[in-house]
Amino acid sequence: MNKVDVVESSRLRDDLPEFWPGDTVKVNVRVVEGTRSRIQVFEGVVIARKGGGLRETFTVRKVSFGVGVERTFPLHSPVIESLEVARRGKVRRAKLYYLRDRVGKKARIKEKREPIG
Amino acid sequence: MASKGILGTKVGMTQVFDEDNRVVPVTIVQATPNTVTQVKTVESDGYTAVQLAYGTKKHVTKPLAGHLGKAGIDTAKALAELRLEDGDELPELGSTVSVETFAKGDVIDVTGTSKGKGYTGVMKRHNFRGMGDGHGVKKKNRHPGSVGNASTPGRTFKGQRMAGRTGGARVTVQNLEVVDIDTQHQLILVKGAVPGADGQVVFVRSAVKSMTKDGDA
Repeated sequence: MNKVDVVESSRLRDDLPEFWPGDTVKVNVRVVEGTRSRIQVFEGVVIARKGGGLRETFTVRKVSFGVGVERTFPLHSPVIESLEVARRGKVRRAKLYYLRDRVGKKARIKEKREPIG
Repeated sequence: MASKGILGTKVGMTQVFDEDNRVVPVTIVQATPNTVTQVKTVESDGYTAVQLAYGTKKHVTKPLAGHLGKAGIDTAKALAELRLEDGDELPELGSTVSVETFAKGDVIDVTGTSKGKGYTGVMKRHNFRGMGDGHGVKKKNRHPGSVGNASTPGRTFKGQRMAGRTGGARVTVQNLEVVDIDTQHQLILVKGAVPGADGQVVFVRSAVKSMTKDGDA
């Protein structure tokens, strides 16, 4: 194992569920305000996953009061308290940047139906 | 505090998270234990220092083998001298120094050989601005411009910065921070970048001009 992987492997977190671009996720973010910290939820569509190893990041997009908001999180960051997948999306590409140019009905993503059994 | 040092190999860069969950860029330096191959004292050499040996190589010349033999080792890839204060406690010949000599939070300087860039122009080498990329500048957009005056002084001054070989020189980056130590794999995580390509030997030692708040070097 190369030495960069040695450093990274012990710091990777394996407690997060699998999720991919197109999925709608709820990210529970630790927010520190002065001395106390609390959990803030950021819910939206995952539009990209980038990088590898400890440096992997993912971008979540939501539309808040008519304004598109995107947040990029380091996947292995301790800032993420937990993450849950609210909905699996069926998409045909890895980067969903086209959603930025779409509003309303056109910005919908089909739900992925898992085969039963 | 006595200065500390160790020779190691630059492994590569990655990032880790600190206690405030911020991303910290780090360079990984692997340093297998170094052997003290010479102890210099005021009586013997006029100043105080220790010589450290690191790594292995295929062919060791006879003079080097003889020198290393005194410390009980038969090979070394690199040697470096660590200057100590007169009166510092001196390590024994043949003793070893491991990554544990440093601790998390230590401020260090890292010396290495920078990546060679070959023959480069003045814009890359000396950060000259070049000339305009339009507006009548003809095929001179990366040129240095004037290198001096006319008949007085009638020559170009020595030291005028021009194009030439760039990189491949000994470079020290000062006041870097030790982010973490991995004693099991003999690794030092250094905050920020370190001179040279991956796989090159670098010398890590206590900062000479520490700027830590508590004044601890």
